[in-house]
Amino acid sequence: MQLIFEKSVEGKRGIKIPRSDVPEAGEIPKGYQRVKAPSLPEVSELDVVRHFTRLSRLNFSIDANFYPLGSCTMKYNPKFTEQIAGLSGFSGLHPFLPFLSEDLVQGALEVIYETERLLGEITGMDAFTLEPLAGAHGELTGLLLITAFHKYHGQPKRYVIVPDSSHGTNPASAAICGYEVIIIPSDKDGCMDFKKYKERLNDEVAAVMLTCPNTLGLFNPHIKEIADLAHKAGALMYYDGANLNAIMGKIRPGDVGFDVVHLNLHKTFATPHGGGGPGAGPVGVKKELASFLPVPRVIKKDEKFVLEENLPHSIGSIAPFYGNFGVILKAYAYILLLGKSGLISVSEHAVLNANYIRARLKDYYHLPYDRICMHECVFSAVKQAKNGVHAIDIAKYLIDMGFHPPTMYFPTIVKEALMIEPTETESKQTLDQFIEAMIEIARLAEENPQMIKDAPTTTPVKRLDEVKAARNPDLRWKGE
Amino acid sequence: MSYVPHTREEVKEMLKAIGVSSIEDLFADISEDLRAKSFSLPEGKSEFEVKEHLERLSQKNNSFLISFLGAGFYDHYIPAVVDALVSRSEFYTAYTPYQAECSQGILQTIYEYQTAICALTDMDVANASLYDGGTALFEALMMAFRITGRNKVIIDGGLNPLYQKMLFTYTANLPLEIIKLPPQVGQVERETLYQHLDEKTVAVVLQNPNFFGTIDDYTDIVEQAHSVGALVIVSVYPIALGLIKTPGEMGVDIVTGEGQSLGLPLSFGGPYLGFLACKKQFVRKMPGRVVGATVDKEGKRGFVLTLQTREQHIRRQKATSNICTNAALCALRALIFLSVLGKTGFIELAKLNYDKSEFAKTVLKKIPGVEVLNTPTFNEFTVRISEDANEVVRKMLTKRFVPGLPLGKFFKDMNNYLLITVTEKRKKEEILRFAEALNDAINL
Repeated sequence: MQLIFEKSVEGKRGIKIPRSDVPEAGEIPKGYQRVKAPSLPEVSELDVVRHFTRLSRLNFSIDANFYPLGSCTMKYNPKFTEQIAGLSGFSGLHPFLPFLSEDLVQGALEVIYETERLLGEITGMDAFTLEPLAGAHGELTGLLLITAFHKYHGQPKRYVIVPDSSHGTNPASAAICGYEVIIIPSDKDGCMDFKKYKERLNDEVAAVMLTCPNTLGLFNPHIKEIADLAHKAGALMYYDGANLNAIMGKIRPGDVGFDVVHLNLHKTFATPHGGGGPGAGPVGVKKELASFLPVPRVIKKDEKFVLEENLPHSIGSIAPFYGNFGVILKAYAYILLLGKSGLISVSEHAVLNANYIRARLKDYYHLPYDRICMHECVFSAVKQAKNGVHAIDIAKYLIDMGFHPPTMYFPTIVKEALMIEPTETESKQTLDQFIEAMIEIARLAEENPQMIKDAPTTTPVKRLDEVKAARNPDLRWKGE
Repeated sequence: MSYVPHTREEVKEMLKAIGVSSIEDLFADISEDLRAKSFSLPEGKSEFEVKEHLERLSQKNNSFLISFLGAGFYDHYIPAVVDALVSRSEFYTAYTPYQAECSQGILQTIYEYQTAICALTDMDVANASLYDGGTALFEALMMAFRITGRNKVIIDGGLNPLYQKMLFTYTANLPLEIIKLPPQVGQVERETLYQHLDEKTVAVVLQNPNFFGTIDDYTDIVEQAHSVGALVIVSVYPIALGLIKTPGEMGVDIVTGEGQSLGLPLSFGGPYLGFLACKKQFVRKMPGRVVGATVDKEGKRGFVLTLQTREQHIRRQKATSNICTNAALCALRALIFLSVLGKTGFIELAKLNYDKSEFAKTVLKKIPGVEVLNTPTFNEFTVRISEDANEVVRKMLTKRFVPGLPLGKFFKDMNNYLLITVTEKRKKEEILRFAEALNDAINL
């Protein structure tokens, strides 16, 4: 499809700027002026509408397709919560208003205060900050808190432990925070190797970062022992909440020894992923770490919500204001809608759906860890790869069948990984259709592998040359 | 309320296929001592009840004020077409376009967004978006740190104090020395800056217009910095770039900014949009997602996420950043906003802001006890008043005016300073009434 820039016609106008009702002020002083006008498109409003409407139709999305992208929790995003975020009393609110008077924003501060309390109860943590703007940002915030905690106790540390199955963001966040990363391999059950963990743990470890259930979708039954050992060595436990959707009401990170957690509101709490953001990554802590939380904090004082700026031990600010408020609102509305039983039901059915897929596909695809899983299951396409059909080929053929592919080649400890997370909002009918498609692919991999390798054929473009894209980066339109 | 679609019969069939007898069996790995000690949440409510509750809360906020508040976050008009198009769920219920063939819509919009950001800033390349202007600045600093391998950073006092605070928070544990220049309402004091600039300097961090509203031309600072091998990072206000000299024209190395003014609601602080653009020689040091054009196996143009070997999901602890989810939908808003305004509309919008602000300056200058402190400015400026700014704010609020940001909140010795912003949304009549009310607040 043509770019909006390629549709540009000199002199064409979209929105007209209103006529000025004040005298013309002349030009900005010489030397401070822009020399060349920005080459933005010149198109009509209808051109814009048609362009973006057509582009939208080139996408798979939850609203149109099953989207079992593992670790991303692509559940249905309720229309209701979208409507709530659009209420003008929220969307038009300037974030500096409470700096003038907190009376102007009591409703918004109450949303923040209440959401923090609800998330605290869901995870078993004592205090929350909603400032972090996405999951990885939450990790960085959590590690800054952990660093501040150790410094405060006069014991600055050097290392962060992560298992080899962790999300890439875990070691990346640790590195940005100035830590060296210790990687612990997984054992035959798919969990962090306990013996090797014990060997590597030492008093210079600041934190142990775990995803629970892990990225294989497996629950680690030794979680408490891991936490106890970490605490004994002076390390704190960090909970990557990417997979919280599996355990609500069943287990709370705070009860089993985690000191810091981040949540992804755009996963568990159903706020839309937006094609790659915005998300929100609130961080919860145990009371020992609460005084380090970023400012401003929303507190309740004489039945009024106020901002507390002066907390001497706070790490400072990690976002300009109070977090992605528009996203927080949607998650708050979602929690109120579902309530206690609703959230428990979410996790139960997320786990049911994943196990159903696991059970029905394990005769067709290699299942490297054959045990009951939580909210996602990880298959390997090694059987199919013998016929030249790799995980990526299966992914592309699924596109032709109308399904968004699972996460592929992750976690990296599984060869030819296909990581499937169906979520609780998918019906048995949808799962059955997907399962049938996967069985059909397994059959074709035996009988007609080329057919899979030619996929996709129904998409606006065929397989794209990624090597060319990386070798000669063309990152913007430069004119004809 | 529940979005779980299963019937009881279906659950039974599924359990049977799995080979267990109850859902609870699936949680057998979680022993009793690990179970949740509490889960005391309210029971669910209907849409109607939740809506009523949130409407009530939204009405406890006061959004019907005539606002002259900006300070980096601006109340610009958002054309209806922006909301209409980003509300298409094909956009907002998709995720990061890992699977290019079924994500060409998102990928092309990001490529177009990158093009638009380059056009605004006159830079060579831009990434797919970051969370906000402050985190974008931190990422730019980390990038400069990697490029130069040095460890001293000079931050101008005209940088938004919120961003200064964020930079200090993020770098607290890193081997970086940060020199912070004193706040300066007017243009950057070159001599003070150059005293600190040397062969150890990673970068000079500036803002244009600065936090107090002053426009500057940093060409000379760029030359000086480059002469000692340091980089220059500038945070910009994108709407101002319709009129003011661009970072590209000044030779700046890395440009960041808050994209909220490009069609995003203020939304009490987020979600916002961080943009980052740079010279092409630094492209492989950039943080975050980047989309590139390529061809498919039949030679047809298509778009993919590219240069992924910089990123956390491949490089893990050696990645250029930890960012994963960014602000794609916000970037889309900015792109639609810029497209529907177009080249001429964008410049006219900037000019209208400038004209209104200059008009307000002229009117306010006439008030005894009000002194406009800076020039040239774009659409906001700093005034010194003869009264305590907080007191004036209090009086103005009772007349339904938000008179700007009292600067004493951030800078000592500035208790009678106000930062006043005038966007295109302020009518002449409102500006005149505002001046009258300010006169009353100070002189009555």
